[in-house]
Amino acid sequence: MNYSLEVMLQLTIAIPLLAIVGIILAQKTPNIREGITISASILLLFIVASLYQSLLSGKNVNVFWWDIMPNLSISFSIEPLGMLFALIASFLWLITTFYAIGYMRSHQEENQTRFYSCFALAISAVMGIAFSDNLFTLFVFYEVLTLSTYPLVTHAGTEKAKQGGRVYLGILLSTSIAFFLLAIAGTWFITGTLDFKQGGIFNADVDKTIAGALLVLFIFGIGKAAIMPFHRWLPAAMVAPTPVSALLHAVAVVKAGVFTILKVCVFIFGLDLLAILPTTQFLLYLAGASVLLASIVAMRQDNLKARLAYSTISQLGYITIGALLATSSGVIGSSMHIATHAFGKITLFFCAGAILVAAHKSKISEMRGLGRQMPLTMIAFFIASLSIIGVPPTGGTWSKWFLLMGTIETEQWVLMVVLMVSSLLNIAYLLPIPFHAFFSTPLPEKHDASSSNHESVDLASSVDQSQVQIKEAPWPSLLAIGITTFGCLFLFIYPQPLFDLATAILASGQ
Amino acid sequence: MISHLPILQVIVPLMAAPICLLLKRSQLVWLFSLFASAIAFIISVLLLQQVMTSGVISYELGGWEAPWGIEYRIDKLNAFLLLIISAISTVVLIAAQTSIEKEIPKEKHTLFYILYLLSLTGMLGIVSTGDAFNVFVFLEISSLSAYALIALGQDRRALWASYQYLIMGTIGATFILIGIGLMYQMTGTLNMQDLSQRLPEVAQTRTVFTAFAFVIVGVCLKLALFPLHLWLPNAYAYAPSIVTAFFAATATKVAIYLLIRFTFTIFGLSFSFTTLPLQGLFLVLGLTGIFVASSAAIYQKNVKHVFAYSSIAQVGYIIVGLSTSTITGLTATLLHLFNHALMKSAIFLALGAVVYRLGNVQLSSFNGLGRQMPLTMAAIVIGGLSLIGVPLTVGFISKWYLLTALLEKGWWPVAILILLGSLLAVIYVWRIVEAAYFKKPLAGSAPVKEAPLFFLVPIWLLITANIYFGIDTRLSLQVASAAAQSLFGVSP
Repeated sequence: MNYSLEVMLQLTIAIPLLAIVGIILAQKTPNIREGITISASILLLFIVASLYQSLLSGKNVNVFWWDIMPNLSISFSIEPLGMLFALIASFLWLITTFYAIGYMRSHQEENQTRFYSCFALAISAVMGIAFSDNLFTLFVFYEVLTLSTYPLVTHAGTEKAKQGGRVYLGILLSTSIAFFLLAIAGTWFITGTLDFKQGGIFNADVDKTIAGALLVLFIFGIGKAAIMPFHRWLPAAMVAPTPVSALLHAVAVVKAGVFTILKVCVFIFGLDLLAILPTTQFLLYLAGASVLLASIVAMRQDNLKARLAYSTISQLGYITIGALLATSSGVIGSSMHIATHAFGKITLFFCAGAILVAAHKSKISEMRGLGRQMPLTMIAFFIASLSIIGVPPTGGTWSKWFLLMGTIETEQWVLMVVLMVSSLLNIAYLLPIPFHAFFSTPLPEKHDASSSNHESVDLASSVDQSQVQIKEAPWPSLLAIGITTFGCLFLFIYPQPLFDLATAILASGQ
Repeated sequence: MISHLPILQVIVPLMAAPICLLLKRSQLVWLFSLFASAIAFIISVLLLQQVMTSGVISYELGGWEAPWGIEYRIDKLNAFLLLIISAISTVVLIAAQTSIEKEIPKEKHTLFYILYLLSLTGMLGIVSTGDAFNVFVFLEISSLSAYALIALGQDRRALWASYQYLIMGTIGATFILIGIGLMYQMTGTLNMQDLSQRLPEVAQTRTVFTAFAFVIVGVCLKLALFPLHLWLPNAYAYAPSIVTAFFAATATKVAIYLLIRFTFTIFGLSFSFTTLPLQGLFLVLGLTGIFVASSAAIYQKNVKHVFAYSSIAQVGYIIVGLSTSTITGLTATLLHLFNHALMKSAIFLALGAVVYRLGNVQLSSFNGLGRQMPLTMAAIVIGGLSLIGVPLTVGFISKWYLLTALLEKGWWPVAILILLGSLLAVIYVWRIVEAAYFKKPLAGSAPVKEAPLFFLVPIWLLITANIYFGIDTRLSLQVASAAAQSLFGVSP
């Protein structure tokens, strides 16, 4: 039985890779190609779910591939936090695939084979990150994820995409090479191991200054967590097609970042050590500043995807704060927020994409009155916004509650205020969008069509007619939106499994 | 037969060179050279195996006993180097015929192969001999044939580049000769083992200091350590592509071998690094080299220039590794010798394929090449990633070891500088990637086909090696660390 579990763990990484082969072979027949992607994602979800079952029954799974260098191995194991991440990523891959088929076809994008291949490669890397047993393995897959998403970000191949890709790759690769790698090498040099271990791998008598410096290097080096001042790549990456933004930049890539931070905080430093490091407080305030500033910047964005991108930066700050608080409520809140924010934000991005496809609008100011033409999309947008803000009846309530509890327990009053103010700002930049969509009338068409972005330019001539004929997005996209919206609500009503998984993080391995 | 392997290693390519004259037909000469080089490769594999299992091999040339006669002495260090040189030479030769058909006039093909084999002989000879004067002899063999090979380049600037190299190279060789002469004067011996035993007695004399200075400066000229690197970019850029691919992977490596041999074996660790300030000097020059050369690489318009400057930067990494004067640091250096040879030969061979199709390697010619030569460009991208040091490539392994060595020394700031230096590599590699994948081909340019199979096979052999040795490091790491340990006199 144990043997087959190990095979299944390796399959989570192998299935997306095998899917790539199929995708490339079937590139001439789009239906078969997409069929392969969907079957692969269903299979992956099934395997991850059965691994979840075995985790619940308390089985340990360890897979050792090989030593790349002495004591530095590529090896995998299953623990609750990684399970949580893998479950979310594999479930949302399936949903996003449905969404992407509708989106990419109705948008008539080119190079779809490359798109689906890189997408699958990225998911494979995410599975590697989620199940990695040591920091070295995690780093390897972290870099694979960066490189495999680069062609997705630059998918359009335009000058703007190239610029965005430059910022994306530049920041992610630089931070990971200059800081993350140095932090890993330093950790390895001090402790002689990179294995994730409950309670951390540093001895109690480690030099606090050096460990503190390593923590700073880690937080800055994990650029995917988008802590200011290394957040610029996230808005830059929004030039990607919407499904990419949705899965990779609301779920896979950014969550790989905060997941890594959580892993480092809990399993490399250990909460006890983390709480007494001299730099922790500074980093907490930095993350707090990131939360507030990103929210303020988000309010000023008129492009919907850019506003969502800054909102993501702000929400990632929450998760980093939770990890750095070094208490159990902080860690529970953070890990639950990984899940709830994933569902909320992917819904918002899906909606943004649906609006772009169906109504050819990307600016918030143009979306007034859209609620009458696209009621379902706008209702979904409203519910997902509530989840991001963190009010009932949505899943975001619980994670934000625990995060708030964490700040109160540790008497971080400044951060408590930051979290609450930021939630107010969330209301200010998210809710007006559905509100205006339902209760305002469209502004008179006075702007020049050429000032809007390129997607709408070629349609500028037909804008007047299409104004009347806007319909909901194609059904696969709507289905995807429906499922993730339901997810937001479901996580409020039945958060128990998520909560259990989050509590198990600190209990595992003891 | 087995006991004669050390000399066969050098003799086979040496004898093969004049035979080429008799073969006349260019295709035949190519096959024969490839065959000779492959034999040299097999010999080096056998030698390495023998050394790893049963220790140092000492071979007396002509049966004359060691201090008087010339001794060929194969230990782990030079067996490793022999393997690198002969392997790269063989793989590169696969593409040679296809490449020179476009780049070198037909009547000079035989000459090309003769020079190539002589150059190979010289390098193998430098590495395998245990006699200091013999080093100089082989150095001249390899250098003279190198000057001629570079001058064969189709661009007229190749002559000027070759002339520059000739002047600098001759100064370097002369310095080495003066150094060896001074050592001979003080000790009365030319055998390296003998020298290492007798030098400590006279170590505190001004003559030995002078000898050391001459040898080190001469060798550093040959290995293009900043600021003695000026001959290298043009020599690499204007030489025939095959020559560049071969030299970029091997020529500087041989010079670095000499540096290690002189500092560690002959003069001894304590003399080189403690009595004399080589440590600080190497550290500063290495780091400056990394930054100056990498920055220069960013501004080049000719892609061969880009990677030539990158080679100078990589020499910087190697020298920084040496400057730590620890076992880990030396292991990092030796690993990078191996790994850098794999990256650079792959990249320059791929550039050779681009020259084959396009006739030049200006950055602007790369526009749109990602679609037209997908396999070649993919090879350049993977080679570039390896150069940056992305995990799962060989570049990462060397970088990791270098980092560990620096942290072991407590040199945190240097470690940060090294990592910042590799960010510069991201920039110069990505300029090429963007040109190839995002720009449209120039209007009116003829469509370009993928490179011929004789290019693709060796290129992808090397790229596969880049990835394979980035994942399975047993061979490279085992040999490198065993060699480093034996140089420090620690029995593994």
